Amino acid sequence: MGRKLHKSLLVACGALAREIVTLRQQLGLDDATMTLKCVPAEYHNQPAKIAPAVEEILAREASSYDRIFVAYGECGTGGALDAVLESYGASRLHGAHCYEFYAGASQFREITDTEIGSFFLTDYLVKNFDRLVIKGLGLDRFPHLLDSYFGNYTQVVYLAQTHDPVLIEKAQVAADRLGLSLVHRHVGYGDLAGAVGILAGEKPALVPTNSDRMGGR
Amino acid sequence: MADEEDIILRDLSDSELIEQMHDDLYDGLAEEIHEGTTILLERGWDANLILSDALVEGMRIVGIDFRDGILFVPEVLQCADAMKSGMGLLRPILADSDTNSSVGTYVIGTVKGDIHDIGKNLVGMMLEGAGFEVIDLGINNPVENYLEAIDKHKPSILGMSALLTTTMPYMGVVIEELDKRGILKELPVMVGGAPLNQEFADAINAHTYGRDAAMSAELAKTIVGRNI
Ligand code: B12
Repeated sequence: MGRKLHKSLLVACGALAREIVTLRQQLGLDDATMTLKCVPAEYHNQPAKIAPAVEEILAREASSYDRIFVAYGECGTGGALDAVLESYGASRLHGAHCYEFYAGASQFREITDTEIGSFFLTDYLVKNFDRLVIKGLGLDRFPHLLDSYFGNYTQVVYLAQTHDPVLIEKAQVAADRLGLSLVHRHVGYGDLAGAVGILAGEKPALVPTNSDRMGGR
Repeated sequence: MADEEDIILRDLSDSELIEQMHDDLYDGLAEEIHEGTTILLERGWDANLILSDALVEGMRIVGIDFRDGILFVPEVLQCADAMKSGMGLLRPILADSDTNSSVGTYVIGTVKGDIHDIGKNLVGMMLEGAGFEVIDLGINNPVENYLEAIDKHKPSILGMSALLTTTMPYMGVVIEELDKRGILKELPVMVGGAPLNQEFADAINAHTYGRDAAMSAELAKTIVGRNI
């Protein structure tokens, strides 16, 4: 327990795993120097599970690391996540949710102020749209519920992390599925990039990698 | 569920039918609820009693299993649709009957910046089931909408819903404005939404925090002195 390793621990929502791995790679780090532990992204729809799951990881792992960061927003935990973080002296991403920390608070506000009926997608959600949105909301079993869920929405706003035409196309299919128009904005990694950089102990001077530009791996 | 045999609702006794309707509501079977409600009406049941014993009680059970993580949002929406199909039959009867006086007017709406409305709609339905006249302001309501509705409908209770961390504080803004205008003294404000808790409701000076729809309806009745 007492061994001092100069390692950092990143506890993250599974929805950010791939993005964090990309950012970590850009900083020239690997899992030995910045260990990533994920909480299932599915908890997004049951936020009461998030704080206990993060706590379980912290209880098990925290003492082996000298820096800890939790890659979550507040995510609807009603203060429960912050209470856990406080007891471990850890911090998290600023902002309510990933849409806000990817786009940045002011851009996010600008979009919702202009069109309140905006439903946001990220790279992760575009890739996992069927599993997390369609199946997650039960629209595969009960297609007629579409209007109960999305009747108040007018557009899908795809906040893209990468430049990937395939994902833009998939986002269009997702918007069509919901009967909404698509707005595409490339926002990159937003505050997540800065947070990973700071955890690495560096100013976040990121070297864009090929894989990022291509949007693939 | 596992029992695939078709049940003939008309063959059931009243108490069996009520129990079957609880099951059908749980399974989100709108047609069956419609039929069960029709049968009870034909048998001379009072519309109020059908509402409370068959529909509201059924939704109360649904609410418990939702809270305990046994049912999820889509299932609850199905159940709500089933309840609506029964309510559709009862509403005109209840509105017509002279015996039915509303227990009070309840203005409810989701706050500005927030367009989540599933929980609010469910609360509205249970309030209606409890005998309230419900004025639903819909979603994304700035303080002006609440003020206007209070002025127009003179409600006994105001309810606000928020599901986002970013929109929860706006409930406090509305309450403060009501206080400034001297309205808060006379108008109990109930707040609800998944990320809220009692602590938050106390901090923004709300009268009552409603954790779920059934409990909120009970609390609302207590507020207007209709719950013993
Ligand atoms: C379904 C859902 C949606 C649906 C909404 C459909 C609709 N028409 O409402 C969809 C998919 C469209 C959606 C959209 C969004 N959502 Co959403 N959503 C949810 C989810 C999974 C369930 C909410 C729900 O309907 N629950 C079912 C009902 C029955 O429960 P309830 O709302 O809690 O209501 C009960 C009680 O709270 C209480 N109650 C509620 N209101 C009131 C009012 C009064 C007066 C009283 C007394 C009681 C009371 O009684 C109700 C009945 O029992 C939650 C996660 C969760 N499990 O809470 C996320 C969640 C709330 N959403 C979230 C987010 C971020 C969004 C989006 C920004 C996502 C996006 N990709 O764009 C948008 C929001 C846009 C906007 N401006 O509002 C986050 C919020 C995070 C945060 N920090 O606040 C959550 C927590 C998910 C997450 N972990 O990220 N969402």
